[in-house]
Amino acid sequence: MSERIREKLSILADAAKYDVSCSSSGSNRKNHNKSLGDAGNGICHTYTEDGRCVSLLKILLTNFCIYDCAYCVTRKSNDIRRVAFTVQEVIDLTINFYRRNYIEGLFLSSGIFKNADYTMERLVQVAKKLRLEHKFNGYIHLKSIPGASNELMHEAGLYADRLSINIEMPTESGLKLLAPDKNRNDMIQPINYLKNEIILHNDQKKLIKKTPMFAPAGQSTQMIIGATAESDKDIMLTADKFYKDFNLKRVYYSGFVPISNDKRLPGLGSSVPMIRENRLYQTDWLMRFYGFNVKELLNDSNPHLDLDIDPKLSWALRNLSQFPVDINKADLQILLRIPGIGLQSAYKIVQGRKFQKLNWEHLKKIGIAVNRAKYFITCNSHAYERRDLTAMNIKQYILSGSSGKNIKNNPYQLNLF
Amino acid sequence: MAITTIIYDGSWEGLLTIVFEVYDRKLSDFRVYRISESQPALFGETLLINIDQSKALRVWDGLKKKLNGPACRNLFSCYLSELKGVEDLLIEFIQLVFSSVGSVEKSFTNPCVLRLSQIGKMVHREKHRMEAFVRFKLTKDEIYYAAIEPDYNVIPLILNHFKNRYADQKWLIYDLKRGYGIYYDLNFVEEITLDKKPHINPESNLLEDSEILYQNLWKDYFENANIKSRKNTSLHLKHVPVRYWKYLIEKN
Repeated sequence: MSERIREKLSILADAAKYDVSCSSSGSNRKNHNKSLGDAGNGICHTYTEDGRCVSLLKILLTNFCIYDCAYCVTRKSNDIRRVAFTVQEVIDLTINFYRRNYIEGLFLSSGIFKNADYTMERLVQVAKKLRLEHKFNGYIHLKSIPGASNELMHEAGLYADRLSINIEMPTESGLKLLAPDKNRNDMIQPINYLKNEIILHNDQKKLIKKTPMFAPAGQSTQMIIGATAESDKDIMLTADKFYKDFNLKRVYYSGFVPISNDKRLPGLGSSVPMIRENRLYQTDWLMRFYGFNVKELLNDSNPHLDLDIDPKLSWALRNLSQFPVDINKADLQILLRIPGIGLQSAYKIVQGRKFQKLNWEHLKKIGIAVNRAKYFITCNSHAYERRDLTAMNIKQYILSGSSGKNIKNNPYQLNLF
Repeated sequence: MAITTIIYDGSWEGLLTIVFEVYDRKLSDFRVYRISESQPALFGETLLINIDQSKALRVWDGLKKKLNGPACRNLFSCYLSELKGVEDLLIEFIQLVFSSVGSVEKSFTNPCVLRLSQIGKMVHREKHRMEAFVRFKLTKDEIYYAAIEPDYNVIPLILNHFKNRYADQKWLIYDLKRGYGIYYDLNFVEEITLDKKPHINPESNLLEDSEILYQNLWKDYFENANIKSRKNTSLHLKHVPVRYWKYLIEKN
C-alpha cells in the first residue's frame, strides 16, 4: 500500500514539475472556528536543488492523457508508466503534508482523460472536499481544463484561490505545430469566463460584505520558451495582451527542457534557455512595476532582448537622449527608468531628497548600483560623467566592471580582433 | 570617570526598567550586560537592576506615544537578536526618540538607527525562515512536535502565525538552543520548559505509525520536483543554508 502511493507520488510529481508557478500569495483566506490552515502572503517551505521554491504540493491527478502535445512528457504517444490518484489520496497527502508544515497548500493539475468536463469535475471535487469536509483553509491552485463548461469553472472559483490555464505556445502557429489537437479558443474561453465572474464578484462584494470568496488570488498562465522560433517580441506582446485583456495576476515563462527527439523541437542535450527566461521575467517586471510599455522594450527594430545586459539598460542605451537625469529633481516615473535604480531605491530617493539634496554617498547608502547608474545621472556633486560616451562605450564599461553571472560569454571581448 | 556596568536578567521588561533607571539616576557612561553574559572586570561601579513592571510599563507607554507600531515592534525584534551590545544600541535609540521632536526611526544617517534597522531585518528574516522550516512530526500522543535552533530568539515572533494556522491540532515548537518552547493544547499557547530535552528520532517508538510514511513521501516529492538539467547549487544553498538542514526532513 505505502509503496504504491510512493510510486504514484513520484510519477505524478515528476510530471507536474514543468509548471513553474509555485506562488501561494495573493489570497486572504482566514482560519475560522478553529479549523485547519490559512492563506496569506505565501511561504517558500523549501527549495529544490535547481533553486526553485517549493511552496505547494504540485501534482497531477493523473498522467493519462488523450492529447499528443509534442512538448509534454505525458503526451499520448510517449511510452511511460501511467498512474492516477484517487480523490481521497490527494486529500490525504495534502492534509498530512500541510499539518506537518511542509506546504502552503495544493496545486492540482491533470492530464486530460475522457474529456474536458470529466477531468475538470475531478479537480473540482478535490477542492470542494478539502474545503467543505476537511475545513481546509490553505491555498488551492487548480488548473482550468481547456474546454471545460462554465458551470464547472464557476464551482472551481468557489473553492480555489487561484486558477490557471497554460497557453503553452506564445503564438497560435506554434500551438498548431506542436499541439495540433488543441486550439487557442478553448483555452481563452475559461479564462475569459473567470475574468468576468471575478469582476462580477468584486462588484457584489462592495454591496454585500459576506459574499463568499471567488478565486481571490486570480488567474495566471504559462508559456514555454524556446520550443519554437518565436521572437521575444512575440512572447511579450502575448503576455501584455493577457495582462491587459484578462486581468491576469501573473504570466510565467518556462524555458523548454528537451524531453524527446521529435524533429519539431530542440533535441535532447540542447541546453535550457535560462538566461533568456531571466530576461523575459525582467521585461515582465518592467511592464508591470516600472511603467514601461512593452513596445518601448521590444519592437520591430529590436525583436529580441540582449542576453548580456538587462532590458532596462538596453532600453537606456538606445535612448541616451533622455539622460542624464537629475536625481534631485526627476519624477518617480523617470527615476524608475534609470539603470541601476530599482523600485525600493527610487522610493527611498523620493523620500530622502525631501530632507537634503542627495550626493553620491547618499545614493550608495540607499543601495543603488552606482557603477551602472553613474552614466545616466547627475546629483548634488560636481563629479559626474562628462565624457561624451557612445552606447557601446557605456555597455563595455559596465560589462567589464561587473562580475554578473550572465556575462561569462561576453562577446564584446572578441571585438578587439 | 569609569564606565558603570549595568547587569540585568536579560528580560525585555528588565531592559525597559534600565531605561527608566538611566533617566532616574542620570546615568551617562554605562554598558549593559545580561547576567548570563560574561562581564568584564572593571574598576567602575557595578549596578544590578531588577525588573520593575510599573517602571517598564511607563517607558513602553512613553515609547508607544512617540513611535508607530512597526517601529515599536522593531525594537522588540532587535532585543530578541540577543546580539552582544544590542542593549546599548537600544537604549541609545530610545534616548534619541525621547529627546527628538519629530520621528527619528527613518533617519538612517545616524549609525545607531541604521544598525538597529539592519538588526531588525536580520531577526525578521530568521522569523520568516522558521515559519518555513519548522517540520512537525506526529507523536503517539497526537502532538505535532518540531525542534528548532534559530539564530535569534524568534519564538515570540512566530507564535501567532502557528496559532492562527494550526488551530485544530496540538503542537509543540521547542527551541533546543535556548531550552524553551511553545505548546498549543487546542485552546491556548503556553510557554513551556521540558526538564529533559525532547529528542525524537525517527526510530523512536514515540512517533505515530504513519509518520515515517509521510516523511518518506515528502522526500520522494522533494526529489521528483527537482529538474536535474536546471541544477543550480549556489541558488539552492542561498535559500536553504546548510545550518538549517539538520531539522529539514527533505535534506536528511
